[in-house]
Amino acid sequence: MPDLTINTDVARQILTGFIRSEINRMGFSRAVIGLSGGIDSALSCYLAAEALGPNNVLAVRMPYKTSSNDSLSHAQMVIDATGVQSKTIPITEMADSLIACFPEMDHNRQGNIMARMRMIILYDQSADFHGLVVGTGNKTEILLGYTTLFGDSACAINPIGDLYKTQIRQLSKIMGVPQPIQEKPPTADLWIGQTDEGELGYSYAEVDKLLYLLVDQRYTPAQCVEAGFSETFVRAVVERMRRNQFKRVMPPIAKLSNRTVGYDFLYLRDWGT
Amino acid sequence: MKLTLALAQINTCLGKVEENLEKHLALVKEAQSAGAALLVFPELSLTGYVLQDIAATVAHRPSQEDPIFRPLLEASQNIDMVVGFVDEDSRNRFFISAAYLSHGEVLHVHHKVYLPTYGLFDEGRFFAWGDNIQAFDTPFGRAGMLICEDFWHASPPYLLWLDGADIFIFISASPGRGLSANPKLESARWVDHINRAYASLFTSFVLHTNRIGFEDGLNFWGGAAVYDPNGAEVVHGPYHQEALTLAEIDLNQLHRTRARLPLLRDERTGLVLREMNRILSNQNSKDRR
Repeated sequence: MPDLTINTDVARQILTGFIRSEINRMGFSRAVIGLSGGIDSALSCYLAAEALGPNNVLAVRMPYKTSSNDSLSHAQMVIDATGVQSKTIPITEMADSLIACFPEMDHNRQGNIMARMRMIILYDQSADFHGLVVGTGNKTEILLGYTTLFGDSACAINPIGDLYKTQIRQLSKIMGVPQPIQEKPPTADLWIGQTDEGELGYSYAEVDKLLYLLVDQRYTPAQCVEAGFSETFVRAVVERMRRNQFKRVMPPIAKLSNRTVGYDFLYLRDWGT
Repeated sequence: MKLTLALAQINTCLGKVEENLEKHLALVKEAQSAGAALLVFPELSLTGYVLQDIAATVAHRPSQEDPIFRPLLEASQNIDMVVGFVDEDSRNRFFISAAYLSHGEVLHVHHKVYLPTYGLFDEGRFFAWGDNIQAFDTPFGRAGMLICEDFWHASPPYLLWLDGADIFIFISASPGRGLSANPKLESARWVDHINRAYASLFTSFVLHTNRIGFEDGLNFWGGAAVYDPNGAEVVHGPYHQEALTLAEIDLNQLHRTRARLPLLRDERTGLVLREMNRILSNQNSKDRR
C-alpha cells in the first residue's frame, strides 16, 4: 500500500513561503480565511498566520442556523491559538431569504447557496480588510469534486490544494491544530448529521491511497485493482474524478480570433512581479 | 591554482529585466568583496522562468550595444560571470541562454539544447532548440555550460568532457516537486545525485546553481552546490532561500584525481563513435530499441 507520509518541515517552509510571496506580489500583505471549525480551514489559518503574522489574517466564522455549535467553538479555538483577527457573520438571514422563495428546494441546493453566501462575505471582507482570500480546499476534495463551484472553492490562492486529507492531518498535527479538530469526522456541516465520508461512501484514508496511485503514481484503474482495491470502488472514484473536471478548470471560451484568453494568450498571474 | 567561486541562488522578477539587472549588479559587488573570481547566476536569471508570452519581449543580445549587457560587461572587468537570459538570434528565434562574461568580453553563449515540454514544462512551445554543445576557454581553464534539462540527459556533459571541459557550469530554474517523507524534494535529490555523479564520472568540477522563490504555485528550491573531481561535495547552499554561496576550489585536484583514476585517458572515443554509427545506421531496422 502506498505511503503518503510527507516531510512536514519542507511542506511548512514551502507553503508559508508561497502564501507570503504570492500575496505580496499581488500588492497585499494580508489574508482573509473562512474558518469552518474543520481541519482544512484550521490548517490554512495556521499557515497564513505563520506566513503573514496573525495580525494580518482575518478569520471569518459564518454560521447558518443549523450549523453545529462545535463548528463555532472549534473555529474559536483556532482564533485563540493563532491570535488572528476574527469576525462572526451569520448567513442565516441572507441564505433564508433566497431559500424561502423556493419551498421545494432540496438540501443540495440549500448547501450550495450557503457555500456561495460565504464566498460573497469573504470577498466583501477581503475588500474591507485589504487582504486576499486564502483557500481551504484539499487535493482529495478537488479531485473528487466534493466542493461547490464558486462557493467554498473560490479563493485568490490555495496553499493546501496539493495535500491529500491524510497529509492535511499529518501537517495539522505538527502545526498544533487543536486535538478536537484533528479528531472529529470531517463534515461540510451544510445539514444536520452530514459527514463527508458518509456522503462520499468511503473513508478519506482509503480514497487517498487510491487517488495517490491513480494521480501521483499514474497507475491505470486495472493496476489499482491488482494493487488490492475493489473494482467497484476504483470505477466509482475514476468516474467521479472525470465527471467533476469542470470544477477544476476555467470556463472554456469559444475561440474566434487569432488570440484568445486561455488558449494563446498565456501569462502567469505573477506576470511583471 | 585556487579559484574562489560565488554561486548566486536568487529570486527573480517575472519579466522585469531592469529590476533583475539591479540585483545582478548588487551581487557582483557582494561577490567581489568576498574575493570571488567567478560568479554564477541561475537559468533565466535576468527574466524569470515561466515566461510564456512574455518571452519575446524580454530578449537581449549579449553585446556592448545592449542596455542590459553593457553594465554586466563592464562589471565583468573585475569578476567573471555567468548569466541566464533570453537570446534572440538574427532571424528572431528565441533561446533560453547562458552567457559567460569575462574582462568585458562575451567568451561563450550556450543555447539550451533540451527544452522540457512535458508534465509541468512547456518550454518547447515558446523557445527554439539550441544546436551546439561546446566547451570554451576561460582564465581558469576550459569550461562548459549547460542549462537545467540539458544535464538531465547524459550526452551533453559527456560531449563537454570530450571537448575539453574540466569545469562544468550548470544553471537551473528547477521547480520543486515530489514531496515525500524525505527531507529533500525528489527534484532536489535527483539533481544533487546526478551532479555528484558527473563530477565522479568525468573527474571534473561541477558547479550548479538554481533559483529560489515562487512563480504562481511553482517553488524553486535553490541548493547551489560544487563537487570536486573525486565527487566530493565542496559546498552546498541552503534550500528555498536566497544565498550567495562561496567556495574555494583547488584546480590542482584535477591532476591528483586523474593521476589516480585515468578515466579520461582511457575513454575510447573511437569505439563510442563506431558504435554510435552502427546504432544510428540501424535506426530503421525492426529490432531497434
